[in-house]
Amino acid sequence: MSDALPIEVTSPVPLLELRGISKEFPGVKALDDVSFAVYPGEVHMLLGENGAGKSSLMKVLCGAYRADAGEFYHNGEKVAISSTADAQKLGIAVIFQEFSLVPYLDIAQNIFLGREPKGRIPGTIDRRKILADAKRVLDTIGFDIDPSTTVDKLGVAQQQMVEIAKAISQNARILVMDEPTAALSDRETELLFALIARLKADGVSIVYISHRMAEVFALGDRITVLRDGRRIDGVRPADVTPDQLVRMMVGRNVDMTYPRHFADKPGELLLEVKGLTAPTGISDVNIEVRRGEIVGLCGLVGSGRSEVARAIFGADPVTSGEIIFDGKSISGEPDLAARRGIALIPESRKSEGLALLRSVSDNLVVSALRKLFPSGLFDQRSAQRTSDGLIRQLRIATPSARQTVGLLSGGNQQKVVIGKWLAAGSKLFIFDEPTRGIDIGAKSEIFALIDRLVAEGAAALMISSEQVEICHVCDRAYVMREGRIAGHLTRSELTEENIVRLGMHHA
Amino acid sequence: MTDITKGAIVPPRSFLSQDAIQVFYRLLAALLICAVLAVLSDSFLSLGNILNVLRQASLTFFIASGLTLVVLTAGLDLSVGANVALSACIAGTVIHKTGSPALGILTGLACGGIVGLLNGIMVTALRIPSFIATYGMLWVLNGLTYWYMAGETLHGFPAGFRQIGSGYLFGLPIPVYLLLVFLGIGTLFAQRTIWGQEIYAIGANPVAARLSGIPVARRLLLVYAVSGTMAGLASIIFLSRLNSAEADIGESLTLPAIAAVLIGGTSLFGGVGTVFGTFIGALILTLVLNGMNLLSVNANWQPLVTGVIVILAVWLDMKTRRRAQ
Repeated sequence: MSDALPIEVTSPVPLLELRGISKEFPGVKALDDVSFAVYPGEVHMLLGENGAGKSSLMKVLCGAYRADAGEFYHNGEKVAISSTADAQKLGIAVIFQEFSLVPYLDIAQNIFLGREPKGRIPGTIDRRKILADAKRVLDTIGFDIDPSTTVDKLGVAQQQMVEIAKAISQNARILVMDEPTAALSDRETELLFALIARLKADGVSIVYISHRMAEVFALGDRITVLRDGRRIDGVRPADVTPDQLVRMMVGRNVDMTYPRHFADKPGELLLEVKGLTAPTGISDVNIEVRRGEIVGLCGLVGSGRSEVARAIFGADPVTSGEIIFDGKSISGEPDLAARRGIALIPESRKSEGLALLRSVSDNLVVSALRKLFPSGLFDQRSAQRTSDGLIRQLRIATPSARQTVGLLSGGNQQKVVIGKWLAAGSKLFIFDEPTRGIDIGAKSEIFALIDRLVAEGAAALMISSEQVEICHVCDRAYVMREGRIAGHLTRSELTEENIVRLGMHHA
Repeated sequence: MTDITKGAIVPPRSFLSQDAIQVFYRLLAALLICAVLAVLSDSFLSLGNILNVLRQASLTFFIASGLTLVVLTAGLDLSVGANVALSACIAGTVIHKTGSPALGILTGLACGGIVGLLNGIMVTALRIPSFIATYGMLWVLNGLTYWYMAGETLHGFPAGFRQIGSGYLFGLPIPVYLLLVFLGIGTLFAQRTIWGQEIYAIGANPVAARLSGIPVARRLLLVYAVSGTMAGLASIIFLSRLNSAEADIGESLTLPAIAAVLIGGTSLFGGVGTVFGTFIGALILTLVLNGMNLLSVNANWQPLVTGVIVILAVWLDMKTRRRAQ
């Protein structure tokens, strides 16, 4: 690992420099005046929370997004990156987390996809040449494998190697890697680090996005921290501590207050999850939720938060463990969970929460049909009355209960999703990112609603990437990391720093 | 025509649902066709012809009504015609062997229902797309029926049994009564039961339906079983009306039934449509074919005209729905 240690940047001219890059999407400033330079042969770590702008910056780099403002310099010369072809010409290649390999083609065909050496007969591939070329590329990165192996037989680490080989074969000089070790074992990670050292020695620069502190310090020559689309700082690993980095990523608290009336003492136990393990990647999860509580479930995207929610609700199968709700051990499909009083407000309300083509009323009563119409006979007028009540109670802005729900704003759609479980009389509300894509006004209304629900004896389990929100409204929180509960934070311990620290990978 | 689509005759949206608007336009279209045919042909408005149209429409409707429920869930049942053939042949055999029409009717309904249930199991438990599951089922049923009948024709059933398809009651053909009964039951089921509501919800967004606590798999099983049972019912009426059964009687039934569903305004994407719309669809389809016969248009043109109507109806639906959003 010694050659992966920080080296002095010798070349005064950056290989690639971005100056004042901005990129705006409707309602969001994804990148705001970000400057960023990559020197030859360095590993440049890119750090930031979810939504800080890392992915956007990466996509601007590889030409997938066109920056609204800003300039690019290559070896000191001004250039334009307005397409992926431009980026490729400048030697920029991205290794995404989701690989772009064709599983049924072999390694050689994948490396030279679209650039295959032509055979003598038009339309054919020169098999001997493509295999020899592939072998040569694989040798340069020290990957010893038969290039005629089909990709679907390879493991994740090997597929990653093929991706890197493909980039190298296109003369990539800047390799952007998005959390490359996320799916690798320790041994595979070591091999990858050795390869990175080798590439560095050849003068290839690496932009490395990571959530793992250990990697940041083991590999990085320089670190750039992004937050809310802005570049916060650029530092050398030797000059900072992990704690300082965490503080840079989280920043000072934005002053936002949400109404919350904390109960003096917690109510009776409503949900108890014991040793929950599921094929979706969560293992040995233990959670308790009491009546009157809002319990946070934090962690990075992909740490298994949504999977826990879905497993409790019966939406995904469970391998082992027990879910005890209201004193009874439960299992089975979502319809059973819903009937027992569990509600799931899913992360994606449009694709998982609502029937967009149907009316507000149809959506509001859909989970309460059995409760509202015990005889099995449906009455549109009575459904409408119930809906009108909910529309008033939740202050859903809609011309009428007959309005198509897809036409409402995000915040009002979210209220409809919550409203359907109010109609059903649920006792435990599991919120998965309840405020994603919702404006501030609707946000505080939704939190006021959750507060009222738990004050009336219900309970809430709330997943959120917005740590400010978790800190403001939750009685306590669990933090997940890699499918497990990494820690539990009581009300007094609940700070953004603590959440980030527990959620980061410490190796 | 442009006046109608541009909004000269537009029901006020505030108190009519999208479904009601679609049915309204379809009734208008059916009336328009009737008016045109009444002008062009003297015999169109005769009682005999009108009853004939209704009886023919009823046969398409029985199959199409069950199919409507399947399509409402964003599925498709391509096996209905083949199911009619198998059910008819088995029911016919039972009647011949036992002499009991009641037993034969029950067997026919049961056969249809079991086939539907098997479709449902393939779609839910095995997660095979309904289009493929029922397409495979079509071949399996055809194979079974041809093997079972071995080229034979069942012929001659008790007079009482034959009344179901060809008898009259108070001057109306019995299938027309059955049509009204099942139109009522189907509409009530779809609009006025919580199962109906759940079926619409599943069709509109199956993922959201499941996460809203609807037992999606059980409802789909029900829907395919109903579709199969309605095919079983149609088989009895065919058997009774034709007074015979052959292995190939189902071959020309599936596509018109799908056409009736589509002309009736039920969306193949699920969640939108009504059983009453399907009835009008069956009526429009029958009226057009009847009109062409009355006007002595070469019968070879009929498939072409059916195709054009289906495409037109779906296109107009998509246009009006897009505007509504």
